[in-house]
Amino acid sequence: MAQFSLPQNSKIDKSAGKHFPAPSGARNVQTFKVYRYDPDTGANPRVDVYDIDMDACGPMVLDALIKIKNETDATLTFRRSCREGICGSCAMNIDGGNTLACTKPCSEVKGDVSIYPLPHLPVVKDLVPDLTHFYAQLASIEPWLKSDTAAPTRERLQSEEDRAKLDGLYECILCACCSTSCPSYWWNGDRYLGPAVLMQAYRWLVDSRDEATGERLDALEDPFKLYRCHTIMNCAKTCPKGLNPAKAIAEVKKLMVERTV
Amino acid sequence: MSSPKSGPQARPLSPFMLGQYYRFQLTSVLSFAHRITGLGLTLGTLLIAGWLIALASGPERYAAFATHLTAWYGQVLLFAWSWAFMYHLCNGIRHLVWDAGHALELDAAYRSGYIAVAASFVITAAIWVAAYLV
Repeated sequence: MAQFSLPQNSKIDKSAGKHFPAPSGARNVQTFKVYRYDPDTGANPRVDVYDIDMDACGPMVLDALIKIKNETDATLTFRRSCREGICGSCAMNIDGGNTLACTKPCSEVKGDVSIYPLPHLPVVKDLVPDLTHFYAQLASIEPWLKSDTAAPTRERLQSEEDRAKLDGLYECILCACCSTSCPSYWWNGDRYLGPAVLMQAYRWLVDSRDEATGERLDALEDPFKLYRCHTIMNCAKTCPKGLNPAKAIAEVKKLMVERTV
Repeated sequence: MSSPKSGPQARPLSPFMLGQYYRFQLTSVLSFAHRITGLGLTLGTLLIAGWLIALASGPERYAAFATHLTAWYGQVLLFAWSWAFMYHLCNGIRHLVWDAGHALELDAAYRSGYIAVAASFVITAAIWVAAYLV
C-alpha cells in the first residue's frame, strides 16, 4: 500500500537540530542541512545545520561532509571510499535528488544544501541506510554467467556487436540511487525488484555468452518483481552514471512478450 | 519504544515524500497525473451511466438531469472530465510507444511528455469549440 508519510519514530524533530556557525571572517559561506539519527539514543531524527567556509573546502559535497567530520562534528556518519564516482558508497539524497556526494559539486546547488540518506530505507545511523534487502534482491537474480556448455579452453568469445549490447548496462556501480528514487520501489520494494536490480537482470539476459535466458525470464515472470515499473523515469534522471534503467526494464518486458508470440 | 533501540525494528525510515524530500520532475508528475485521471475517468463513467438512466427515464427526468449538466458546475465537471479523457488517451499512446521499446531516452521521454500535455489541451479545446459552435 502506498505510504505518504513517515512513521512516528521517523519524523524529523525540528526542535532538536543543532546549528554550527562558520568561523568568523569566512566570506564564502554555504549552509549544509544534514539529516542526523543516532541509534544509541533512539531519539527521532533531526537536521543539523553547518555553515561552511567554502574558501577552505573542496568543491564536492563529499569534501564538505569530510570537512564537517574532521573539523566540526566527528560524530557525523556517512559511507565513502573512492571519492571518484566508481564505488557507489556515498550515494545519498542531495538537494532533493539521489546522487554520489563525491561527484556532486556544491556549486551546483542553489542556496542551502539539504542532505538526507537514500529515500525510504531503514537508517542505521545519520546518512548510512541499511541496504541488506537491496543486496538480497540483487543476489536473487543470480548476477553471474550461467552456461551449460563445456567451458572453452580460452575466453568465451563475443562479437563486437554482442559486446556493444552490454554498454550502458555494465557501467552500473550498484549505488542504489535509482532504486531508492523510484516511487514504485518505495511502495512495493518488498516484492518489486527495482530499477538497479532489473537492469542487472537485463545485463545477463542480453549477454550472448549466458545460456540461462529462459530460466532468468521465468524467474521475473511475476506481477510484482518486474511489472511494478510504470516508467516514472526517476531512475534515469537520477543515475549518477548517466545510465537508463527504465529502458533496460522496457527491454526485459519486450523479451517477455517476444518469447510468447 | 520498547523494542531494542539499535535493532532493525527501531530503525527510522529515511524521508522520501515527493515534493518535500524528493524533487518532482516532469515524467513523475505525468505518471501520477495518468493515475489520477484514470481514477477520475472511472467516476466519469458513473456520470455516463447516470446520463443513460436519465435518458431512459423519460423527458422530465432527463430535463432535470440536463439542467445540472448545463449549469456552470456541470460544465466545469464536463470540461475536467473531457480533459482527463484526452490526457489519459494521449499519455496512454505515449505508454504504448514505450512498451514497443521506443523513445525511452530521458530527453525523448520529456519531449513526448510535453507533446502529450499540449495535445490533450488542444484536443479538449477543439471538442469544446465544436460543442459550442455546432
